[in-house]
Order: sequence, then structure tokens, then C-alpha cells
Amino acid sequence: MKTTLLTTAAVMGLAAAASAQTVGFSQIGSESGWRAAETTLTRQQAEERGIDLRFSDAQQRQENQIAAIRSFVAQGVDAILLAPVVATGWDSVLEEAQEAEIPVVLLDRQVDSSEDLYLTAVGSDLVHEGEVAGQWLADTVGDQECRIVELQGTTGSSPAIDRATGFRNAIEGMDNLEIVRSQTGDFTRTGGKEVMESFLQAESGNEICALYAHNDDMALGAIQAITEAGMDPGEDILIVSIDAVPDIFQAMANGDANATVELTPNMAGPAFDALEAYWSDGTEPEKFIQTESTLYTQDDDPMAEYEARKDLGY
Amino acid sequence: MKRSFRRVLPQLLTLAALMALVTLFFPQFLSIDYAGGRLSGPVIDVLKRGAPVALLAVGMTLVIATRGIDLSVGTIMAISGAVAAWALSSGWGAGPAVILAVGAGLVCGLWNGCLVAIVGIQPIVATLILMTSGRGIAQLITEGRILTFDAGPFAWLGSGILLGLPVPVFIWVLTAVGVAALMRRTALGLLVESIGINRSASALAGVNATVLLIAVYMASGLCAALAGIIATADIRGADANNAGLWLELDAILAVVIGGTSLLGGRFSVAASVLGAMIIQTIDTGILLAGFPSEYNLVIKAGLVLMILLIQSPNLVGHWHFLRHSLRRDPDASPRGAKS
Repeated sequence: MKTTLLTTAAVMGLAAAASAQTVGFSQIGSESGWRAAETTLTRQQAEERGIDLRFSDAQQRQENQIAAIRSFVAQGVDAILLAPVVATGWDSVLEEAQEAEIPVVLLDRQVDSSEDLYLTAVGSDLVHEGEVAGQWLADTVGDQECRIVELQGTTGSSPAIDRATGFRNAIEGMDNLEIVRSQTGDFTRTGGKEVMESFLQAESGNEICALYAHNDDMALGAIQAITEAGMDPGEDILIVSIDAVPDIFQAMANGDANATVELTPNMAGPAFDALEAYWSDGTEPEKFIQTESTLYTQDDDPMAEYEARKDLGY
Repeated sequence: MKRSFRRVLPQLLTLAALMALVTLFFPQFLSIDYAGGRLSGPVIDVLKRGAPVALLAVGMTLVIATRGIDLSVGTIMAISGAVAAWALSSGWGAGPAVILAVGAGLVCGLWNGCLVAIVGIQPIVATLILMTSGRGIAQLITEGRILTFDAGPFAWLGSGILLGLPVPVFIWVLTAVGVAALMRRTALGLLVESIGINRSASALAGVNATVLLIAVYMASGLCAALAGIIATADIRGADANNAGLWLELDAILAVVIGGTSLLGGRFSVAASVLGAMIIQTIDTGILLAGFPSEYNLVIKAGLVLMILLIQSPNLVGHWHFLRHSLRRDPDASPRGAKS
């Protein structure tokens, strides 16, 4: 009996080893903490699923990414994950992968090439993130009057435009909610702090009911500005932001921030799910797989979330 | 004393005019409150937020007076901030953190100075090397993250209050006064100017130009380190990607608004820090006025262009000429205009 079990186990082990897939991953670089967390999580996901991941860091250069994809094709990998640094100029290298019958999955960013050239794209809907944040604020204040100030991202960048649009969609038609000030803080802590100081001067602090920041870093800067002005962030001024970096969970645990919408760095999980379905029976996934934009508040045990994220490389 | 006041008069007038302009758009601009042992108000914010650029401008003035330029100051801010945050998070106290950060700034300045004075690379190229590569060094120190630390004595340097005023205000005012006194109460300022006007001639006249040049770049590195300490202490974290980004350009602009020629020679530290305050008044004014953020840079560019046009020696020359000819022949111009 024991021998039979062992043999079965061995055979199953062999079968698992035989089906171990090789995936090449061309990452943009490590320009932000979020990007580093994405790399860490992709490695983790691959390890959990027993996928052999070949990683290539392009250091923000498209030519490095193109070279990496050609080398993956030459190695005959089973799939390629690509986080493209720019949107254009991918046609020829994607055609080469297609001729070699290697599926390509785009992570986080889109390309301008024809949809036939890649299997699917995994990404977040930036407008939806803004909508989730706006919806939370609308639900929280109910029918009270609320004067909102907004810290925008870098002027003209697509996250800044889309997150602003989404928030406005969510609060549209609610007469008690009004965005009274809106200014760019360039996605940085210093920017968030300096602009919040000017908001507090211009709107005389106690008339501001809520702050919407396009990313957590600006919210963290603004929290300091509010504290230094002698007010209580999270109580006197409600704070909602986007990204869900570890530090904002610490602020939520301290009661300084109220809510954040996650831009998940786990783009690889849905990508591997789609690839496994494709490998097993050739299922073609949708051309765009939208990741979830989860809302976290002070009730979601922020300290545990902080502990879970702090080592991901943010 | 009267002469140095006349030297900074154009900058003072510009600043007053700008403040009047901002008051038009934001009437409470000049109001100052006193609550909880601290003064608060837009003017106090200008003094505090202008600290990094004012400090950079002090160092930049000396470098520009030697006919050089230091493009690396923004990056040095990031490096010294990263060093300070690293020291704090590895359990060192605030004192060692400040010393290490200042040391990092001085080493960066020494590197720039040696490239310029000994190797003989043009200043714009020599400092460009550190400007582009230094942010990588800072990222290595912070491991690409925003390295945060808890509030403590170090954070006090960025957001503390002393005698009712923010601490950064004291740091930049004392630095500017100290450097100005060192330059003008001794012959040092004259020697710096002589290098800027003609390095070989001053070397032949017995000035140790090489050592002095290195010292000037180290002074610029020191000022940048102080600015980096303030920026890092302010947000209680070192952001290697963004700390001091593009501030070297604001610092050069402050020196230019201060009337110091980029061709070297005569300089005024007081006028440069006034230039920094002019830039900060524009920045804060734009934020307070509440225009959409798309207009920020356009408004800033327009105002800077106007200030520089008014200060332009050529235009002033034309103006005097025009006024003179009008006075001599009062009927000439109006008649010309009518026809």
C-alpha cells in the first residue's frame, strides 16, 4: 500500500515537473516602489504556481525590452509577460513572438499595436479608481454639506486626468458635495504638503470637509500639513486617496487617513490565470482583464495590511 | 551700507510689486495670525517654503561669481537627504545624521570642484555628471523606496518652530548672513570676483585660484546639503526620485533675478536670496489664487519674463535714451504720433 502511494506520488511529481512552464518577464525597471512591488509579486506568483520565471530588467529603455523579448523567443519560452515602457513601436517584435506561437500578456500598461498581436492585457481602470474613491466619500458624508479639496497628480499625466474624471463622475449630481480647490501636487509628498498648506490658508481650514488625493504620497504630505496647522486629519478633514502603499495603512491605523483605493501590484496573478487556461484548453481570454480596485478603510485592519505589504519593496 | 541697499533696491521693489499683485487676487495674503506659539499666514509660508531655493541660491551665487555654474545642487539635496534618512533609520541620532548629510554635500562639492579646478572640465559639463548620476546614488542609499523616519529632533529642522517662526527660516537667513559677512567683511568676496573676471590674471597676481574654486563648489555642496536636510526633515522621509528635482534651475533663476551676471564677476548674496523669495512668492501666489493647475507654469514664466525684461540693462538704456530725447525736444514725439 505504502509503495503504491509513493509510486503515485512520484508519478504525479514527474507529471508536474513535465508541465512546468517557462515564462519570460520583461519589466520596465524599478523607477517606483510600486514597480518594485510588482516585480516581487510576479516572482512570488510564479513560484507558487511552479512556473519557471525568467526576469529581465529593461532600465526604462525600449530597446532593452525588445532585445529581451527576442531572447525569450530564441529560448522558446511558453509565454512572455511584458510591461511596456512606451505605447508605440512594438509591432515587429510582437509579430516575431506570434510567428513563434508564444502568447504575450501585457501588464499594467497598453500598447498601440493591433489586438491580434497579444493574448490579453492586464491592467487597472484608472477612471474606476477615482469612482470608487468618490463613491466612498459620497456614502460617508451622506447628505451633509461637504467642501472638498483635491490634490491632483502631475498635470497632463493619464492617471491625473482619469482619477479626476472618475471622482467627478461619482459625485456628479450631488449638490451637497463641491470641489472647491484643485491643484497639482506632482504625486510627491513635498508637493502634497506644500499645496495642502496653501489650501488651508485659502479656505481657512475648518471649512474644508474632505481631501481627495490622486495618490497616497500626496495624502501623506497633506496629513503632515493638517497636523502642523493644529487640526486632526481623519477627523476634522476626511482623507481619501489611491494606490494603497504601506505607509498609508500606517496612517489609517493611527486614525490620520480614512480610505484608500488599491492599485494592485499583483498584475501577474490574473495574467498567469489567463495563461493557464490558454495552455490547458486554448481558451482565449478577453482582450483587457481589469484588476480589482479594492477599497480599504480604517475598519479593514490597516496594521495587518501594512505588515503584509511592507516587505514587497514599495 | 547705503550702496548695498541701492544694489538690492530693484529686487525689493519687484518683491513689493509682486506681493501687491498677489494681494489683488488673494486679499488675505499679508494677514498674519498668532496662535499656539507660532505665527502663521501666507507670508510665513513663503519664507519657509522658499528655504531650499534660498539656500541653493546662496551657494549658486558664489559659483556663478567665478563664472561657473552648479547643475548638481538638486541632486546633492537628494543624496544628503538620503544619507540623513539612512543614518536615522539605522538608529543613529539626529546629530550624526546632520553631520553625515553635510559631509555628503561637502564630498559632492569637492568632486565638482576637482573636476572644474584641477581636471579643467567646463563647469556645466562637470556638474552635469553628478546631476544625472547622483540621483542613482541616492536611490541606492534608499533602495528605491521613500525612506521614512519618526518625528524627532531631526524633523524639527524641517517643521519645528523657534521664537514663533519656522526653523528653516532661521537656517537660510543665518546661512545667507554668514556667507555675505564672510565675503564682504574679508577680501574673500573680491578674490572670488577676480577669478570670475579673469582666472589666469588673478592666479598670476597671487590668488590661489585652484583652492578657491574647489572651496566655492564645496560651499555650494554645503548649502545644497542644508537644503536637502530641510526638505527631508519636512516630510520625514527621503524621496530620492523627487527631492530637489529641478530646483537647480530655480536657484540659477534666483541668482539671475538677483542681478548677478552669468559671466562671473560682481555678485550679491542678498539680492540672490531676494530673488529666491520672489520666485517663492510667485509659486505660493499661484497656489493661493486658485487658478487651474494647467496655468501654473505659464503664469510663472510670464511673471519671470516681465521681471527680467524690466531689469534688462539694454531696455533700461533705451528707456533713458527715450526719456532724454523727449525732454530735449518735447514736441517731436507727439507730433510724430499724431501723423
